[in-house]
Amino acid sequence: MNDTLHGATVQQENLSTSNLLLVGIGNTYRSDDALGLHIARLVKKLQPARVTVKEESGEGAALMELWKNAPAVILVDAVSSGSPPGTVHRFEAHRQSIPIGFFHYSTHAFSVAEAIELARTLDELPANVIVYGIEGKGFGAGQGLSIEVEKSIEGVVAAVLHDVENWRLQSKGG
Amino acid sequence: MHFARKVNDMRSRTIKVDYLARVEGEGSLYVKIKDRAVVDAKFKIFEPPRFFEALLRGRNHSEAPDITARICGICPVAYQMSSVHAMENAFGVTVDGQLRALRRLLYCGEWIESHALHIYMLHAPDFLGYQDAIQMAKDHPNEVKRGLQLKKVGNEIVTLIGGREIHPINVRVGGFYKLPTKQELRGLTEKIERARVAAIETIRWVSQFPFPDFEQDYEFVSLRHPDEYPFNEGRLVSNKGLNIPIADYDNHFIEEHVKHSNALHSSLKARGAYFVGPLARYSLNSDKLPLLALEEARKAGLGNVCNNPFKSIIVRSVETLYACIEALRIIDEYELPDRACVSIEPRESTGFGCTEAPRGILYHRYRLDARGIILDAKIIPPTSQNQKTIEHDLRSFVGDHLDESHEDLKWHLEQAIRNYDPCISCATHFLKLNIERE
Repeated sequence: MNDTLHGATVQQENLSTSNLLLVGIGNTYRSDDALGLHIARLVKKLQPARVTVKEESGEGAALMELWKNAPAVILVDAVSSGSPPGTVHRFEAHRQSIPIGFFHYSTHAFSVAEAIELARTLDELPANVIVYGIEGKGFGAGQGLSIEVEKSIEGVVAAVLHDVENWRLQSKGG
Repeated sequence: MHFARKVNDMRSRTIKVDYLARVEGEGSLYVKIKDRAVVDAKFKIFEPPRFFEALLRGRNHSEAPDITARICGICPVAYQMSSVHAMENAFGVTVDGQLRALRRLLYCGEWIESHALHIYMLHAPDFLGYQDAIQMAKDHPNEVKRGLQLKKVGNEIVTLIGGREIHPINVRVGGFYKLPTKQELRGLTEKIERARVAAIETIRWVSQFPFPDFEQDYEFVSLRHPDEYPFNEGRLVSNKGLNIPIADYDNHFIEEHVKHSNALHSSLKARGAYFVGPLARYSLNSDKLPLLALEEARKAGLGNVCNNPFKSIIVRSVETLYACIEALRIIDEYELPDRACVSIEPRESTGFGCTEAPRGILYHRYRLDARGIILDAKIIPPTSQNQKTIEHDLRSFVGDHLDESHEDLKWHLEQAIRNYDPCISCATHFLKLNIERE
């Protein structure tokens, strides 16, 4: 993981209000939890047009601030639901609530699902919010992804790019 | 409120919460009552083994701030501060003047962020009878927005000084990589002035909440500095006679494995359980608060000492106000230093660092070789220091409220745990997701 951009970004990057925001969520030192960060970095390398890529820890209030002016948001995060590792869950959060389990078993006090629902209540949810939850295998302290999760990456990146393309077509001229 | 409902004749019962909501990390609660007496009270946390201490071994001293910042997504600054102070202590270096002031400013940002999050998103719903902040926002949208706004100002301070809001990267042993200009800092002034008003409104709001009548005879432990409300520096003191330099920590405190928890429980060798965090800091240092913060604390009904942990939400609000006042003072007096960092000469040594994380004292100790390579590391977060006291609180609270219904008692016990803003396994955030399909 390369996170040592010492002193390089003292000023916060201004987000373009016309770009789709892709947020990879995770922690480098929590095994499969790092998945969201891996996917964000892969998408960033591909430099898709009109996409701003960010990495976050998953703290909800920071997410709400981040997506405030974005026309569309894609969140990529690891989840633990009992499905086989590598299973990809996709939610269109602007249409429906995230399943209740997202709330009750979150180990972050105020995290992704809570941020989405609070933003919905306060009428601050962007018009398009897609959440990818990829089933992790291990979340213990450590580095490196499990093989099952590693295998899911290519498919998620392709799906994310597909969503980006759809959004670009829909918002053409907008 | 929830105190009113009573259910009689419950001789034997068990209260169990497998996954505690609205606490940072993953934990559970278990209380057993038999013949109207508490026979067991456990606050169980699933802290991973000491991965980070192992990860640090063999690394260069300069890597410690960045690696330890990853332990906690909510208080990375605290981990950075304790690690740099420990390294500087080991190498005999003092960082003072404006560099020291900037570190305090960075800490102000983290306290504002962390306290605002806990007050508004996690703790307030308990007092107002809501399941969570989302439900609370339906009836109190302006208060929730005020909390988010306050937190945002904290984020902005951390981002400017720390280089990034999540896992700040601008802190180094000896100082910083890059310094903010006077103009950049002044750019924050107006926002922090507004945050100061929001902090006062916060104190007045939370002080009206209904508080259970619950006071305990705690041993409070915090840093104490001769001139300041403590962030980075001071002696470790308590209200029961402890008064030691931080290098003596290991002579007075002990960590023990307990069967029901992966995390180590800390205690004072001489007297057992102790209490760290806002309530301890306030009770041991309220004389160091600026007049405005002290006046607001008085108006909110706080004396010099606060022994009711449910009132920690008021103390957190007072500390948020203090952090705004202190941030404005530092920005006002700021002059760009001539260098961003003092030079470091590694030497074979042991260094100690202890700073006031939002949740209480965070202790780091490193043993280093002549090249500054870490031979071993010890990190003791505030939550593991409060575990014993949390369990004592659960036991006492249940004993005094045996007539409450099961649901009410469960609610109050979760609230009692949240009094401590426990950060249970700081860095993890994965979601346990249940989906039912028909």
